Amino acid sequence: MSALIIIITVWIAQSALALAMCLCVYRMVRGPRAQDRILALDALYVCGMLQLLAFGVRTGSTVYFEVSLLIGTLGFVSTVSLAKFLMRGEVIE
Amino acid sequence: MRAIIPYPLLTVSLVLMWLLLSGFTPGHLVLAVIVAMGANYALRALGEESPRFGRWAAIPELFFIVLYDIIRSNIAVAGILLSLTPRPRTSGFIQMPLRLTHPMGLAVLAVIITSTPGTAWFDYSASRRELIIHVFDLVDEEEWIALIANRYERLLLEIFE
Amino acid sequence: MTIDFSAVPLWAAILGSAFLLLGAGLSLIGTFGLVRLQTFYERIHAPTLGTSWGTAGMVMGSMIIFSAATGRPVLHHILIGIFVTVTTPITLMMLGRATLYRDRSEGNSSPLVKGDQALLQEQNSEGGAS
Repeated sequence: MSALIIIITVWIAQSALALAMCLCVYRMVRGPRAQDRILALDALYVCGMLQLLAFGVRTGSTVYFEVSLLIGTLGFVSTVSLAKFLMRGEVIE
Repeated sequence: MRAIIPYPLLTVSLVLMWLLLSGFTPGHLVLAVIVAMGANYALRALGEESPRFGRWAAIPELFFIVLYDIIRSNIAVAGILLSLTPRPRTSGFIQMPLRLTHPMGLAVLAVIITSTPGTAWFDYSASRRELIIHVFDLVDEEEWIALIANRYERLLLEIFE
Repeated sequence: MTIDFSAVPLWAAILGSAFLLLGAGLSLIGTFGLVRLQTFYERIHAPTLGTSWGTAGMVMGSMIIFSAATGRPVLHHILIGIFVTVTTPITLMMLGRATLYRDRSEGNSSPLVKGDQALLQEQNSEGGAS
């Protein structure tokens, strides 16, 4: 019974997160300006991280936790460097 | 104590993080302490100042106030985003003076303001001691300034200064 | 290491699932706002739903389910919550300042009042010197 509940909720949560990722991609494609795209990319990274957490619950494996932490780190670094690029026109100065 | 461990807070959090990531065994505890001590000496070589807390009791108080505010503003912002017929709403910038000058206090204030949906930290000028935040649902500017000053800044001043 | 969920007690399954749904739902609402809102300065508030209680809900849900399934406290998920809470202010602040700078340098009607403009000019000249 409880396994069934968990499987169904994880399925719903993953669908919701997948839809959220699609909305982020829509905003990223539409723009209209570079900062909107970067904001959408950051939100996409957060959604991807949560998606992996949900994968971890679904498969009952702890490997996804590390992957999720890694995605979070990459998202942080990439958003910061892109924002820096917007500010100055170059990342390394 | 401070002579051996210059940064107690950093040491405790590093050891806890290490043990959470690799599981609690005596071997990992020793390894975690060694790594934390290495980080301590590296940071001391950089000349960073360790924070000293004034009133410890204010920390849990601040924590629960922030937790409550995050839940409340989550509900408020989600309500605005989902409303089918949006009521007229203005969002705008607020410029407010800050008495808080401690760098770590400012960092904690930035985390609080950003984690609360509906307010975003934009800029802080150390020379003018002024903070610019953007508020999603701006009804009364004075009310927001009073809220941040009385609810968060007062406790942060008690903790850090 | 895989875990069998049939050993999870019913109350823990329901509580954990509720948190998972809360987290995923709030993230969805946040990105919905990202699409729906009109200006960038409004949009910057939308993803914070996902990074505050969206992440906290997912983290707490998976912590409850894993702890109940393995019979011992599984706490390492909380690191994700701490990490996201600490890094979001930095990304949003950098992005917001870059946007203010771009809006100002392109001569767009900046949403700032006069005093703020002076402050930004001061900041940019400080930043440019460094």
